[in-house]
This record gives sequence, C-alpha cells and structure tokens, in this order.
Amino acid sequence: MQIVFEKPKALSDTPTHYCPGCTHGIIHRLVAEVLDELDITGETIGIAPVGCAVIHFNYFECDVAQAAHGRAPAVATGLKRVNPDNIVFSYQGDGDLAAIGTNETIHAAARGENITVIFVNNAIYGMTGGQMAPTTLPGQITQTSPYGRDTKTAGFPLRMCELLATLDGTAYAERVAVDSVKNVLKAKKAIKKAFQYQIDGKGFSIVEILSSCPTNWGLEPVKALEWLRQNMIPYYPLGVFKDKEVSR
Amino acid sequence: MADKVLMKGNEAIAEAAIMAGCRHFFGYPITPQTEISAYMAKRMPKIGGTFLQAESELAAINMVYGAAAAGARTMTSSSSPGIALKSEGLSFLAACDLPSVIVNIQRGGPGLGGIRPSQSDYFHATRSTGHGDFHMIVLAPNTVQEMFDLTLEAFDLADKYRMPAMILGDGMLGQVMEPVDISRGNNIKTYVKDWALTGTKGLRKRNVVNSLYLSAEELELLNFQRFDKYKEVEKIARTEDYLLEDAEVVVVAYGICARIAKNAIDTARKNGIKAGLIRPVTLWPYPKHQLKAAAEKAKAFVVVEMSMGQMIEDVELSIRCSRPVLLCNRTGGMVPTREAVLESIEKAALLKGEQNADSI
Repeated sequence: MQIVFEKPKALSDTPTHYCPGCTHGIIHRLVAEVLDELDITGETIGIAPVGCAVIHFNYFECDVAQAAHGRAPAVATGLKRVNPDNIVFSYQGDGDLAAIGTNETIHAAARGENITVIFVNNAIYGMTGGQMAPTTLPGQITQTSPYGRDTKTAGFPLRMCELLATLDGTAYAERVAVDSVKNVLKAKKAIKKAFQYQIDGKGFSIVEILSSCPTNWGLEPVKALEWLRQNMIPYYPLGVFKDKEVSR
Repeated sequence: MADKVLMKGNEAIAEAAIMAGCRHFFGYPITPQTEISAYMAKRMPKIGGTFLQAESELAAINMVYGAAAAGARTMTSSSSPGIALKSEGLSFLAACDLPSVIVNIQRGGPGLGGIRPSQSDYFHATRSTGHGDFHMIVLAPNTVQEMFDLTLEAFDLADKYRMPAMILGDGMLGQVMEPVDISRGNNIKTYVKDWALTGTKGLRKRNVVNSLYLSAEELELLNFQRFDKYKEVEKIARTEDYLLEDAEVVVVAYGICARIAKNAIDTARKNGIKAGLIRPVTLWPYPKHQLKAAAEKAKAFVVVEMSMGQMIEDVELSIRCSRPVLLCNRTGGMVPTREAVLESIEKAALLKGEQNADSI
C-alpha cells in the first residue's frame, strides 16, 4: 500500500479540541510540516499562549512551555538566551499578543530576539467566548461590542505587522491568511521562511495569520472564510512588511 | 579576588549569584536595589552570561520563567512595587515547580511609597506572593555577609526543592557596605534537571512546563502533592538565637531590626532584665517550633519590625497567643531606634506571663 497523505511527524496523535471550521488546525499543521521539513522538532521549544491554543503542548511533539497571558515573547527570550541553539517559537492569538502582551511583543522585536512568533489573528477573543479584541474591526459585533466596535469609544484596531516593521530588530514580518488553498500554501512558505531566519540567526521573525472563528463570529465555516476575505483582508492587507534581506 | 572584600549588600547578592552559577539575570531598575543590575551588567558579559534589562518587571520575571524552564540558574531582583508586578510570574514559577531566585530589597509602601528601608512586604512574601495556593522559600539576611551566604543557599534550596526562593532584604542592608568572606562560594552543588526544556533531540518524549489543569480533580491532587513537599521544606526553618537560654523577655526580629534589637538586649541585660533574641533566618518556612519552645520559658515577647505589624501575627500564631506580644515598630522608611526597643523590653518585663498584651 502506498501512503499518499500523512500527518506531520511533529504533530501528536491527540485529537485537537478546536471548534469545527476553526483554522487553528490548519495553522498547527503548517507549523508541524515546517518543523518536519527543516528537521528541527528535536531542537524546538514552543511557547503556548493563553487563548484557544493554550494546550497546544498536547499537539506539538516538541518541548513546550505554557506562558502567562501575553508573556510568551518574554518566556521565549529566557529560553533562547539559555540555549541559543534551540529553535524557539511562540504561538499566540490577538488578545495575547496585541493587547496584554503588546509590550513583550514590541520589545522582543526591538531587541532583535532571535525567535519566531506565529500570530493568529481572528479579530476576537475566542477562548473566553467572543469578546472584542485589539484587532476587532470597526463595526464588528462581539460580546463586548454588542452594537459593533465604536471607534469613538473603543478606538481602532492594531496592525501589528506594520507596527513591528518599523523596528530595526525585526528581521521578517509577513501577513498571510488561511482562507483559500492558495493562501494556505503562501502561509506555509512564510512560516518556513520565519523559522529559517531564526536558524540563520537573523533576528525576530513574525508571521501574522488571518484566521477565522466561526463559533464566535456566528458564521458557518465557509461563510466565515468569506467574511475574512471581504472584511479582514482589506483592513489587514497581506504581504511582506519587513524583510531584512530584501531591504538591505 | 581576595577572599574578604568590602561590598554593598546588593553587590554581595549579585556576586553570590554569579558564584552559585547564575548566568542569566533579568532586571529592571528600581531604587534601592539597582546596584544588583549594575553589577550584573558589568560582570555577565565577561563570564559568558546574560544580563538583560527587561522592558518591565513583568517581562523580567517571565524571562526568569523561560530561563528556569530551560534548566538554568536564574535570578531577578526588584524592590517592593516591582515585586508586586512580579506576582503573576511568581505564581507561575511556583505552579510549574521552577527553581529560581527572586530578590526583594524592600522600601516603604504602600503605593509608590518611598525609597527608604522597610519590611512591609512580609505578608506579601510569606503568605502568597501571587494568586493561588503556593509558597516560596523566604530567606532574611541581616548582614552583608548573609546577603552573600543566603543567596548561595537560595540557589541550592530552589534547585533541591524545585521552587522559587526569595531573598527578603531592605534598603538599608542593600546599601550598607561590610566586609564579606566570599570563599564559601567556591563549593557549589549541581542538580540534574531532566524535566528542563532543551529540545527532545529525538531521544525522549517531549517535556512540558505548564500550570493549566482543566480537571479540578487533577489540580487538587497536584496542590496536595506540592503541599506534601512543603512539609519537607518546613524542616529547613531556622533561627539565630542570642542570649535566649534564660530569657524572660524574648525579642523576635529579622533583618536589620535584629541587629538593633541585639544592642537593646545588651543594655537590658546590664539593667538586670533577662532579655534574649530569636532572629528568624527563614521567614517561610517560619520557625514556629523554635518560637513555641521559647514561650515555655518566656514571660513576654517583643516583636520589632519595620511595618505596621506583620510578622507579629506569625509570632502570635506560633505561640498560640500564650504570652503577651508587644509590637515595637516603625514604618514608611523609618528604622526603630535601640532606645525604642529597650523601652519595649522594659515594658514587657513588667508583664506577667498570662496577661494579654491588649489589656495593657
């Protein structure tokens, strides 16, 4: 019998807890495929955030530290400074990375900390049941913006890749989406590049991945991906915002 | 470096940490402990270590969490308001059984308070420096020599029991200069850390450092197990006693207050009062058995501390309120005088053993 498709070795056999239609599963797989292809699982330490991916240590076959809410880049810094030969990546959502952990994110980037950040942006707090996130779009309805995000009182969303691209320590910042096969392939390419930059010691790399949350958006999975395309991508344009190698 | 060197308390802590094998220090400036960071900034690059000035105390303690998870001996230091910010990380360190050393050179509070010496973080350090059920080892030096010695010991205890350990000093001990014998720093134990995150190398199952347990049954069991370990740790409780053997008035004081108390006790003895001192060296675990034993002979207790009365609760609990306990305290950055302590001793000497201090 010929094997034509299999699970990446960097993923465990544990079934994930993610909701039907959630794109965390795709993103986990992409990260795991990259770990396999670069053959670095044995050297890698992942950081689990607070958020939907909090128990990702059940899924990745590498060493994992679970971090306090927003502190993943600081925890990653500690791990990386002790063993610079380890590959250290954090996997964080928008509340974790762009609200409570903004400071840690910005300063890890500013220091040029040689780590990789996988930033899953679905414009909502998923695990706590759908509250307004720092990346919630203007007008978007959530549990804590029930009349739609009013920018007069709740301000504007953060575009993290654009923000981090201004920092000298950021080696690579790209925004991708996982709404279509084409974009999923692009996302994988970006993730691989981010890990490769770390392997090459180039500094801080971040891949922001526009992701869907059908459960908390109140949309069917396919409709959620359409919503992502129609609403998120115009506000969060895809592309490379910083590439140390190219701008040189 | 000669074996005996003149150092500030803060510098003694930093040098001891280096001698204990700490190569990863994460700090953030705050008076009166900044010399620790400055010392580390100077020394670490020369010995292949990491000094990192974090963006906040929150970040610093979480860098410690990462470095400890990687199996390294690691330390952070701060002063009262900064330690409050580290509370989150301390709870996580305790929850994940990560060895680490935290230094609190206390200043007056609450709020931003002041920058002069204080002991008003006693509750914070010994009850629970963060949310949830946990303890830290808390060591209270009273000389610059002890700042050095207890820092060495803190690293050892943290590794041995897999838990965070705190050096609880104050602004005076941090700033004062005294000669220090650093020869003890040459004899350092190391521990195997097979739980550390270093990459599986494809040779073992993944290691996970985590404090999330969605099963209440599992979390309860883990807390029970951790508190069983704490019972073992309670055996390290210790004091330094001074003229305690026949003491009728027992002064209980830690840190700089114990040195002032010793002076007052000498004068009291000259005046015919049988006074003695118990100086808790460990604040958690608290030396409750030593206190209880002293209560069998003593008529009254005097607690000297630089707070509105925090350790006094542990004294009363330890002796089950069986003797009157007087409080001799200053707060806000003020330090008790020898005369004030003497006055309290004299007052206590007039009490009969059974009397409650409240009725005086």
